[in-house]
Amino acid sequence: MKNIAAVNDFVVKFANVNGSGSASANALFARAVLRMGVSASPRNIFPSNIQGLPTWYEVRISERGWQGRRGGVDLMVAMNPQTWDEDVAEIEPGGYLLYDSTKDLLPTKFRDDVQSIGIPLTRICNEAYTDARQRQLFKNIIYVGALGALLDLDPQVIAALIGEQFKGKEALMQSNVKALAMGRDYALSHFDCPIGLQIQKSDSVGEKIFLEGNSAAALGAVYGGATVAAWYPITPSSSLAEAFERHCKTYRHDSDSGRARYAILQAEDELASIGMVIGAAWNGARAFTATSGPGISLMQEFIGFAYFAEIPSVIFDVQRGGPSTGMPTRTQQSDITLCAYASHGDTKHVLLFPEDPKEAFEMSATAFDLADRLQTPVFVMLELDIGMNERLCDPLEWDDSRRFDRGKVMTHEMLERGDEFGRYLDVDVDGIPYRTYPGTHPQHGSYFTRGTTKDRYAKYSEAGPDYVDNMQRLLRKFETAKNLVPEPILHMDTHASQFGVIFFGSTAPAMYEAIDALEVRGLEVDALRIRAFPFSDAVTEFVAEHDQIFVVEQNRDAQLRMLLINECGFNPTKLVAVLHYDGTPITARFIVHEISEGIAALNEAPLRGTAAK
Amino acid sequence: MTYIAKPKLAHPGIPTNELGYTRRYYEGAVSTLCAGCGHDSISAGIVQAFFELNIEPHRVAKLSGIGCSSKTPTYFLGSSHGLNSVHGRMPSVLTGANLANRELIYLGVSGDGDSASIGLGQFAHCLRRGVNMVYIVENNGVYGLTKGQFSATADKGSKSKRGITNADSNIDMVGLALQLGATFVARSFSGDKAQLVPLLKAAVEHKGAAFIDVISPCVAFNNHAGSTKSYDYVREHNEVLNQLDFMPRREPITADYEAGEVEEIRQHDGQVLRLRKVSKDYDPHDRIAAMNILQARAAEGEIVTGLIYFDREAEDLHSNLNTVEFPLNTLGEEELCPGSAALDLFNADLQ
Ligand SMILES: Cc1ncc(C[n+]2csc(CCOP(=O)(O)OP(=O)(O)O)c2C)c(N)n1
Ligand code: SF4
Ligand SMILES: [Mg+2]
Repeated sequence: MKNIAAVNDFVVKFANVNGSGSASANALFARAVLRMGVSASPRNIFPSNIQGLPTWYEVRISERGWQGRRGGVDLMVAMNPQTWDEDVAEIEPGGYLLYDSTKDLLPTKFRDDVQSIGIPLTRICNEAYTDARQRQLFKNIIYVGALGALLDLDPQVIAALIGEQFKGKEALMQSNVKALAMGRDYALSHFDCPIGLQIQKSDSVGEKIFLEGNSAAALGAVYGGATVAAWYPITPSSSLAEAFERHCKTYRHDSDSGRARYAILQAEDELASIGMVIGAAWNGARAFTATSGPGISLMQEFIGFAYFAEIPSVIFDVQRGGPSTGMPTRTQQSDITLCAYASHGDTKHVLLFPEDPKEAFEMSATAFDLADRLQTPVFVMLELDIGMNERLCDPLEWDDSRRFDRGKVMTHEMLERGDEFGRYLDVDVDGIPYRTYPGTHPQHGSYFTRGTTKDRYAKYSEAGPDYVDNMQRLLRKFETAKNLVPEPILHMDTHASQFGVIFFGSTAPAMYEAIDALEVRGLEVDALRIRAFPFSDAVTEFVAEHDQIFVVEQNRDAQLRMLLINECGFNPTKLVAVLHYDGTPITARFIVHEISEGIAALNEAPLRGTAAK
Repeated sequence: MTYIAKPKLAHPGIPTNELGYTRRYYEGAVSTLCAGCGHDSISAGIVQAFFELNIEPHRVAKLSGIGCSSKTPTYFLGSSHGLNSVHGRMPSVLTGANLANRELIYLGVSGDGDSASIGLGQFAHCLRRGVNMVYIVENNGVYGLTKGQFSATADKGSKSKRGITNADSNIDMVGLALQLGATFVARSFSGDKAQLVPLLKAAVEHKGAAFIDVISPCVAFNNHAGSTKSYDYVREHNEVLNQLDFMPRREPITADYEAGEVEEIRQHDGQVLRLRKVSKDYDPHDRIAAMNILQARAAEGEIVTGLIYFDREAEDLHSNLNTVEFPLNTLGEEELCPGSAALDLFNADLQ
């Protein structure tokens, strides 16, 4: 048997039982790798459960900085008997299995092509601790200590992290250090350390920060000037609202009075959340809600109201697996059509697709400008994979000269000097009318906001021409949006290839790695990362310039492809769907496999360009 | 429905309030409700209350849901911003609006279908939160706008116009409001302007969640024999607890009532409410007593009206959230955006 040998480039996966205290130990491991200067991206794969069900933590270690999932596991830390068989099966040939050898396991439970590393974790704990909770918690720390020795992680680095974590709690710190040492000593005295997988000090992390998408998006809302947040708890979005509260506590209290420059309400449901956002935004505050698919489903009526009454509102949809309760703790990109056309009647909404926490921060702040400028709902389409995982990304940036774009708001001065105010008058022929905030002027500028049809001066009207006039203006406004939303980004701008790939959101890191791997195989593809809906003309050009386009997404029905065909009139045969939707984040290997197969099939039987007569 | 603008000119000599506005200035578009609809009387009461309170109409935000009742904000305070939201969801929109600007006066107008059926949840939660507002339910026991189906406030045993008897128990909005923590709870009748207008005025001045259930007969679908929300029925069964006189702050307090019959209620902002007691031993500051009398009289088939409960020390949502004294919608980059220096520190923490 030849074991895998790799330095700074492998996958470690921890299989644990939910609620067993493994989360902080596993995070400690990931942080230690990062402290060694080696890029790592961890992903939580967790159940909808508080205690007892299986949970996994997968750490992709990559000197080259690939942040996506690669696919396959090189070292499995199998701590959960319930999932033993599937965990062992997932290991790459030549890989490693670290397990608790306190109890004898049948030889059939192991694989010949995998190196087994048994450590009697339970026994060590039972001998060292009397308290049941301690026995459980320190078992996790002990395997981190053992991993340190097996992978050649600098023990000083781990010790320093423990020191930071338990600063001021001397006793806890000492017991953690002791547990780490027990694991390390056991590994050193029983195995050849290091094994084939090793971490060597590097500088591939550089200035990068390690940040969770939901926290980044929440900070973007602080920087973007949101003052009102209304939400109802739902995984995977709750931590966004909670992070907003945390950030506000840091940044938004009046230094003299201590009073809050924000208001956060945990509403009774998502209907109320979006209602509060609409009320606050109508009244001139920047407001948002954070939710997931089920919440968006509930908000439908109000979203149409905000579209038709033209009220800026920002909605974070941290997507999870649907339909219904679906896979509440797994990732997907399956709310695209739900959000793009949310509500009854003819509606279309602006969507933003961040690829990582850094972009979640930026797009979050931008969403408030767009919502105000366009006077319409704006969706920030996060995903569980981005929202609830820490990701290594470039430091966040802010330009201090940047001002909030509050859009077209008529002020007291403008009304006083006699500017004509018609709430739905298209004065600039961009589809965007002026609005006033309630209470602006005693005599001028008040109007009645309603979801029923109206004329250009906001007067109730059921006249067909008034209705059509208004609906056409809303379309013009959506055209204007095209040029305001973030442009798509072209990768591998060689145009050497007849093949193009379109992707978005959390697929990005796996896609970057896949493009690289395809190139190694001699398969060049151009790639376009879509960052917003409505689609800009650059998308149409990209599709026109290539013979065949793969649209890679994480849902069953190829929702982005559907939207592209519907909105841009593309020939459906030109757009090949590449779909990954089992709830786990998409991997580079999957993409490489699908696209190379796809290209091979197309080369055999081209879908397009049947021979000319 | 049509929108008819009323002539703006007022005759000289027509009385004006302290701001120099005529009563006409507080009106809105011509109503398109059925002639005789109770809701129109409530609109007239609102016009009078704001006129007499000398409030600038543009300092008021009117919000409503969907229904005949929810249409009425078009018919009063034409210079105020209004928002006709979706069915049953006015409370959340009002709550958000209130968070954005604590300085305006918020008037929520709803119907019994809007608040007791589809919107019962939002009704309950905005009262629980103590949103500073006046919440009026124009209660006719039916869905007027969808043509006469029973609403959740229709009394058990009452008959619809088509002769169907309601088998479900009714929801008493006043009882609910008391239980949910509203700090000003009243009931009135659209046909009793003398009672309604002072209650509206007191509710506007109340800092906290003020709820008024106004029985407002629907002449089209619920004014027949067998209805318990008809003009005749309400007049016969109205048990008036007290009559309120609303004293604007500067008015001298004159004693023209017999001792023991009048209670002066001083609010913590110095406002004085004068309550003429009809039911001698009724104490409107006792929430539990209020709940009791409501139940007891309801069992006798009586409809209790007047100021039912009043909390002098009410707190509102903003004080609970400890928000700054200025409206949140006036804050700009300086107050809201922490800037690049703070972001550098944030980054450094995560490196
Ligand atoms: C979501 C939704 N469901 C149903 C309706 C139809 N609808 C309009 S008004 C109304 C009932 C209104 O009753 P109420 O609030 O008592 O007002 P009233 O007309 O009696 O004053 C209904 C059911 C609607 N507008 N929206
Ligand atoms: S239907 Fe009833 S509630 Fe509606 S306007 Fe007519 S009388 Fe009033
Ligand atoms: Mg009704």
